[in-house]
Amino acid sequence: MPTDTKVDVKESDILAAGYQVSHSKSPVFYDKYERKDELQHQTHYCPGCGHGIAHKLIAEALGDLGLQDKTIFVSPVGCSVFAYYYFDVGNVQMAHGRAPAGATGIKRACPDKIVISYQGDGDLAAIGTAEIIHAANRGEKITVFFVNNAIYGMTGGQMAPTTLVGQKSTTSPFGRRSSNEGFPLHMAELISTLEAPVYVERVALSDNKNVMKARKAVRRALEIQRDGIGFSFVEILSPCPTIWAKDPIEARKWVAETMVPNFPLNVFKDKKHEPVENAVVPQRPVPEVLEIAARESTPIAELPKHVHHFKEFEIKIAGFGGQGVLLLGQLLTEMGMREGLEVSWLPSYGPEMRSGSAHCHVCLSKDRIGSPLISHPDVLVALNEVSLRKFASQVAPGGLVLYNRDRLPADFPLPQARIICLPASEIADKLGSTKAANIVMLGALLEETECLLAATAEGVLKTKIKRVAMMEVNRKALAAGREFIDNYVRVGAVSQPDGFAY
Amino acid sequence: MRQLCKGNVAIVKGAILAGCRAYYGYPITPASEIAEAAALYLPQIGGTFLQAESEVAAINMVYGAAAAGARVMTASSGPGLSLMQEGLSYCAGSELPCVIVDINRGGPGLGNIAPEQSDYFALVKGGGHGCYRNLVLAPASVQEMADLTMLAFDLADKYRNPAIVMADGFIGQMMEPLELEYREPQIPERPWAVKGTAETRKNLINSIYLEPDALEAHIRKLEAKYIRASQIEPRHETFETDDAEVLLVGYGITSRVLRSAVEMARREGLKAGLFRPITLWPFPKQALADAAKKVQKILVVELSNGQMLEDVRLTVNGKVPVEFYGRTGGNVPSVEEVHSHVMQRVMALV
Repeated sequence: MPTDTKVDVKESDILAAGYQVSHSKSPVFYDKYERKDELQHQTHYCPGCGHGIAHKLIAEALGDLGLQDKTIFVSPVGCSVFAYYYFDVGNVQMAHGRAPAGATGIKRACPDKIVISYQGDGDLAAIGTAEIIHAANRGEKITVFFVNNAIYGMTGGQMAPTTLVGQKSTTSPFGRRSSNEGFPLHMAELISTLEAPVYVERVALSDNKNVMKARKAVRRALEIQRDGIGFSFVEILSPCPTIWAKDPIEARKWVAETMVPNFPLNVFKDKKHEPVENAVVPQRPVPEVLEIAARESTPIAELPKHVHHFKEFEIKIAGFGGQGVLLLGQLLTEMGMREGLEVSWLPSYGPEMRSGSAHCHVCLSKDRIGSPLISHPDVLVALNEVSLRKFASQVAPGGLVLYNRDRLPADFPLPQARIICLPASEIADKLGSTKAANIVMLGALLEETECLLAATAEGVLKTKIKRVAMMEVNRKALAAGREFIDNYVRVGAVSQPDGFAY
Repeated sequence: MRQLCKGNVAIVKGAILAGCRAYYGYPITPASEIAEAAALYLPQIGGTFLQAESEVAAINMVYGAAAAGARVMTASSGPGLSLMQEGLSYCAGSELPCVIVDINRGGPGLGNIAPEQSDYFALVKGGGHGCYRNLVLAPASVQEMADLTMLAFDLADKYRNPAIVMADGFIGQMMEPLELEYREPQIPERPWAVKGTAETRKNLINSIYLEPDALEAHIRKLEAKYIRASQIEPRHETFETDDAEVLLVGYGITSRVLRSAVEMARREGLKAGLFRPITLWPFPKQALADAAKKVQKILVVELSNGQMLEDVRLTVNGKVPVEFYGRTGGNVPSVEEVHSHVMQRVMALV
């Protein structure tokens, strides 16, 4: 009877029959890789790949040091993207090159845990160069294992930043040409030039002796993190037989004979623990920091009864940067708020540069404020000529312009608004500080329009100005502005030779 | 007690009250005060502030901190948000709750630092790769900068998804009264987080699903969240819409201008009303569709060349004519400007 000798054995049958791992495995590895879709008894790494050895060294070290429960393993993009298949620790997978940034966020959230950033050469030395350099430079207390196989493995053999000059890849088909692609990056050397890193070593998975050195380096790096000393970095030269088109033995030889001469093995840095002395930030309760707790101020109830004569009152303040334009606006806004009004303050803002001009919009209202942007202010405070020329025509009919000079420019066309010229800067100068010109203007504004109370102004100034001498100047400035208005002669809507226009 | 506060600073105050103790960011005008306030406040209350080397790094630090179970945030403006899109896609894919603030400035490219609302597409439609959504909130006042930031943290946790507070240069830079109350933050448990403990050892934060069916299942799971969110999270505000014949639609700073424009129109006897989306995603479709039923014309005003406009038109679906008025480059229309547009262009057709 003819028999079909071909037996169709499915892999699942073998697995169902039970697959025994014949060698011992670190308990930090999952026994069965259930996160894999199939072949859950073996890794996805190619035969002879360095990742298997690197993983084993890390898993054993974590087990021996008793760190399994404390560890958070950050896997990169690259062949080791699936490291979470294997490591029975907390796992976080990150975008290409960003593992050191992610590890930073994790470590800062869990400072007493062990955070490992495991990265390949494309990930760490190309797309993630900024992230690794800055994490190292900050001295993040993490451990970075940098697996350097001089090629992009997962994407199929493209050139890496560590590809050797002359080495062929699918994107350097004629061999890497330094004239075109530059030279291989030496990451261990680069990082060891930084101040913060504590431990930087390069090892090679080229032969058993060097694997034992790598084992030691991995442990040392993790111990440094365990002890909270600082940033540790181990570069691991690692074979990639598949992409290199070599068998595993040849690939290990290539590491030893070709990579190592280009990437010398060395302990580049192994610092002792040095306590750093930084400024200590005093700790305060949240409500105090956020100024939610009641601040020292005059309660509204204690203010003399002040009936605001307007529904809405809009003020525009303009001048050079440094004239206290924005501050004057803030003072008025704060005053309005203390008097129980709805208020808004909208500044012009720009890049910090020389001779810029500034302006701001202040709305005082009895109702909810719509647009904080003022088209036709009731009052314009023009602290310089540019502002006068630019904004005076915007003032609402019947509105007021306060101009910081004793007279208008000769050629200035008369606007619809009333203009009061008062040399606020000169007055402030005489009181001891030109800077108080804005407060002279405030005094005049309050006295002329009665939009808010002078007493409120004093109360607000007291909370803003801590120096007694400066407060005194400002108090005088406020009074001088009011006095100017009180003595001001109103002579009709014609520009007068003495400079006053009305 | 009311305190006078800058919009950008209010963001940080709200975040801290929501229990956020970690900020990773990179300076950019007009959002830098957010980083500066975080740098000032967080170290004093045992929190973390870190100035990252780039927005790319910042969002990935946020990813890491969120993976470890922290309430965490970052903030930037358009150019920085562009750099963060990769990280946002990863955060959504890995289902990490986090809050991102955008103080929209003028673009494209370096543009300028004045206010725009031109990041709508990038944030609301999801500027990163893949099938995901951001929850997007649009504050229109300093108070809302704090309130909606607090809400953003809660929504981010509720949906395990990035939540974005989208404001503009004006709302960020302006000062208004802010009223805050201190309460112990209520932070939900995050049993999925990777915290370096025995209990969380089996946890995995991940966005890679190699098998098409597995990835599709994951995308469906995300989609189910987005459907749930679009049913219960839309928020909006209306003003004078009961008898409105013309409906003005705008968000953020624009809604403030429109509110004044409605008042101005009403003073002249024109029945105008305002519809203001508070959530840009999920977009308040139902409420807008309802409001649209009663009006003869809709005018969308944006600081862009018409981005939210598309959502309004999709919602209204041709039933009411939808006009558009947009300013760009950092120009914010005045109340009079909008008003004259309403009178001349819109009402001429009613």
